[in-house]
Amino acid sequence: MTLNRRDFLKLMGGTAAVFGFSGVLLQGCKKAITEAAERTPVIWLQAQSCSGCSVSILNAAEPDIATVITEHISLNYHQTLMGGTGDAAIRVLDEAVKKQRKDFVLVVEGSIPTGSEAYCTIGMLNGKHVSAQEWVTELGKNAKAILAFGTCAAYGGIPAAESRKTGLNPTGAKPISEILPNAAIINVPGCPPHPDWMVGTVLHYLLKGMPELDEYNRPKLFFGKTVHEQCEHLADYKRGRFAKHWGEEGCLYLLGCLGMDTGCDIPKRKWLGGVNSCTGCGSGCIGCTEAVFPDYGKRGLYKHLTASLDEINGLEEPQIRAAVLNLRNGGSING
Amino acid sequence: MAKIYLDPITRIEGHLSIEIDVQNGKVVDAKSKGDMFRGFEKILQGRNPVDANQITQRICGVCPVSHGVASSKCLDSAFGIKANKNGRLLRNLVLGANFLQSHILHFYHLCALDFVDITAILKYKGSDAGLKAVQAWAREEIALKKGRIDQITAVSPFLPRYEAKDSYIADTDLNVAAIAHYLQALDIRMKAHKMVTVFGGRAPHLIGLVPGGLTQVPTRANIREFKKYLKDVEKFVNDVYIKDVIAVARAYADYFKLGRYENLLSYGVFESDDSGSAFMFEQGMLSGGKLAKLDTSLIREQVRYARYKSASDLHPLKGQTDPDPHKGGAYTWLKAPRYDGKPMEVGPLPRIAISYLSGNKAVKREVDSVLKEFNADISAVFSVLGRHAARAIESKLLCVQLREWLNELEVGGAPRSTYEIPVKGEGEGLVEAPRGALGHWIVIEDKKIANYQCVVPTTWFCGPRDDRGNLGPVEQALIGTPIADPANPVEAARVVRSFDPCIACAVHVVEGDRDITQFRVC
Repeated sequence: MTLNRRDFLKLMGGTAAVFGFSGVLLQGCKKAITEAAERTPVIWLQAQSCSGCSVSILNAAEPDIATVITEHISLNYHQTLMGGTGDAAIRVLDEAVKKQRKDFVLVVEGSIPTGSEAYCTIGMLNGKHVSAQEWVTELGKNAKAILAFGTCAAYGGIPAAESRKTGLNPTGAKPISEILPNAAIINVPGCPPHPDWMVGTVLHYLLKGMPELDEYNRPKLFFGKTVHEQCEHLADYKRGRFAKHWGEEGCLYLLGCLGMDTGCDIPKRKWLGGVNSCTGCGSGCIGCTEAVFPDYGKRGLYKHLTASLDEINGLEEPQIRAAVLNLRNGGSING
Repeated sequence: MAKIYLDPITRIEGHLSIEIDVQNGKVVDAKSKGDMFRGFEKILQGRNPVDANQITQRICGVCPVSHGVASSKCLDSAFGIKANKNGRLLRNLVLGANFLQSHILHFYHLCALDFVDITAILKYKGSDAGLKAVQAWAREEIALKKGRIDQITAVSPFLPRYEAKDSYIADTDLNVAAIAHYLQALDIRMKAHKMVTVFGGRAPHLIGLVPGGLTQVPTRANIREFKKYLKDVEKFVNDVYIKDVIAVARAYADYFKLGRYENLLSYGVFESDDSGSAFMFEQGMLSGGKLAKLDTSLIREQVRYARYKSASDLHPLKGQTDPDPHKGGAYTWLKAPRYDGKPMEVGPLPRIAISYLSGNKAVKREVDSVLKEFNADISAVFSVLGRHAARAIESKLLCVQLREWLNELEVGGAPRSTYEIPVKGEGEGLVEAPRGALGHWIVIEDKKIANYQCVVPTTWFCGPRDDRGNLGPVEQALIGTPIADPANPVEAARVVRSFDPCIACAVHVVEGDRDITQFRVC
């Protein structure tokens, strides 16, 4: 393993100076890197996914994805990238289970349907299609660590959402924690997760062991502070300057931004190596790293707060409450 | 007769498997099976219509921009608004940038390993640092894992693979160059994603797409940043991508005759003015060698062989579909869409062929210059290699056009039109994804989604037999494909991958349990 210290710190902290965990991670980091001589095998399984997490990890910058798969891990199975097809591919999973390899980290992307095995099958063994649930169960028994990448695998996400009309989910989609109730699972949510969160969590596990997790089993390193606390528009919020329409300057709170409720470092870390962010592009946070995504009770993703007096009265700062009320009386927001 | 299962088809988006019957060394029958199902449209019911813009992007992480644009156009039409000029241009820019990302990913990272011999890196004698590192890694993997419990994973994820004799390129230099380009393309596709992010806020799953346009105001700085990435991507497309496609075509010329299909459909994409009806890549339908105007009221979806228990042969907007995981005779979660009763291929090949035959000058010039290399006429395009070439040609043309759109942006101007959500309304949004024609439809009641429908590209080409037993396009295109070694059917995989299937897209559907009777598509 040849990850240099600068890369490691950058990955963990965006810009380490901003985040200030440099000191903590520095301790023993160098030693861990020299000792971890061999690449840890990773089996990456996709279930009810859109492959968005996989596409996102291709955007890993430091280290880039080629470095990750040739230097840091041994990517045994990944449906979108692997050379093998059909039997040549599925043999890898089959052997990992049959030979009880127990040497690999299991990554799951996507939720697991429990309504019927037919809702997601991966490969054929002995003339029978094998369900995603079966693979997760069997591989989960053998894995030395289990990572849920993306909000679907971590909490169910969109495939596990209910119809507002029937109150039912079409496929009985579940997060992997419900398929493997006794396993210790690290959640790396996000729709999609930032590549640094995924690569960083794997490397943290390999080099320094289990990262410290919050109550939703997310690494505090990435999800410990809210979007709001780190937002580009925080000064606007403090001054009571609110955008009334998308594309306007100001805090995006009134446009339904969920930054106050969402643990995520994107405003600091930004997407694609600093190009832009959810709040920076004037759109706002949709809370995709949270277990309640995309429902937020009955709230949903987009809601201009001027619609509800209760919510406005719930705002603590009087000057902000006044500004919101003022906007509410002034006409439509978001439109 | 041998029955062969390719399960899973890897290096595509999502869960697809293929069953083929091989007789005298050739495919005589084929079944295309979508193996995953989520039920997006049911999940959308009762939500704020604007939420659809984000939720439908999660149908697919490879082409979220297409779903986002289709959804926002669909909402525009339901809200009775139109994107302003900046909004239209910004949509073209993010969609075009994602076409580049998707096409480059498809050729290099999804398909190349069907042609290129990755083990050639072991014979590399040059001095390129990146290639030497890959070589050292591969050697170490093989030595380290030899005889071990995990021997099969040496040089993973590239090995193991199908090992049919003589199936990969033999020339070491060509292979090594391709491996170098595979690595370079990882960086280039990321640059294309940076272009998407400049205006879309993030990628995949753009945060900035909304009804009426985008939320990101174009500035001199972000336009300059987009141009900076575009310059690198364009250089790669012109100097490397186009040439590599031609090199693969020379090495595998028989694939001009394989995977052929000639019923083609395109919705048209990249609006070239505010009329909404002029496109960079033309709209139309080609069948029996004859070009016709698109009439989406002729679309039906049939379910005899799909795992749904409801009525068949309905217009997608009138469909009443309920899943039946154990339906007898059914073998897929994909329905069989038909246009005027016929199966249709959608994607870059149809866009390019229809634009060419419609007399689109820019397309004709590029297509003719590639065809000249092979002394071929336009009929060569309806093939495995034609699909790869069509993507490369689209990419080249898009690089030029993206710069034009950047120049047309009004710097500092509003990036979108405003809207109010109506109490009632209906809308339609048609666009093209990198892999083909995509349509979204909505019905709004009481300011909420009463019904939402998507008809997506992969359902068109990876769908099963229809009610009359006619094969779907991928199934039909497989017929006649020679399979040299039934244990390693790499030829069939090449045909399937040339379509660029995206199964998450194709199998998202549980249609609403109410009719959209008032709504008419035309």
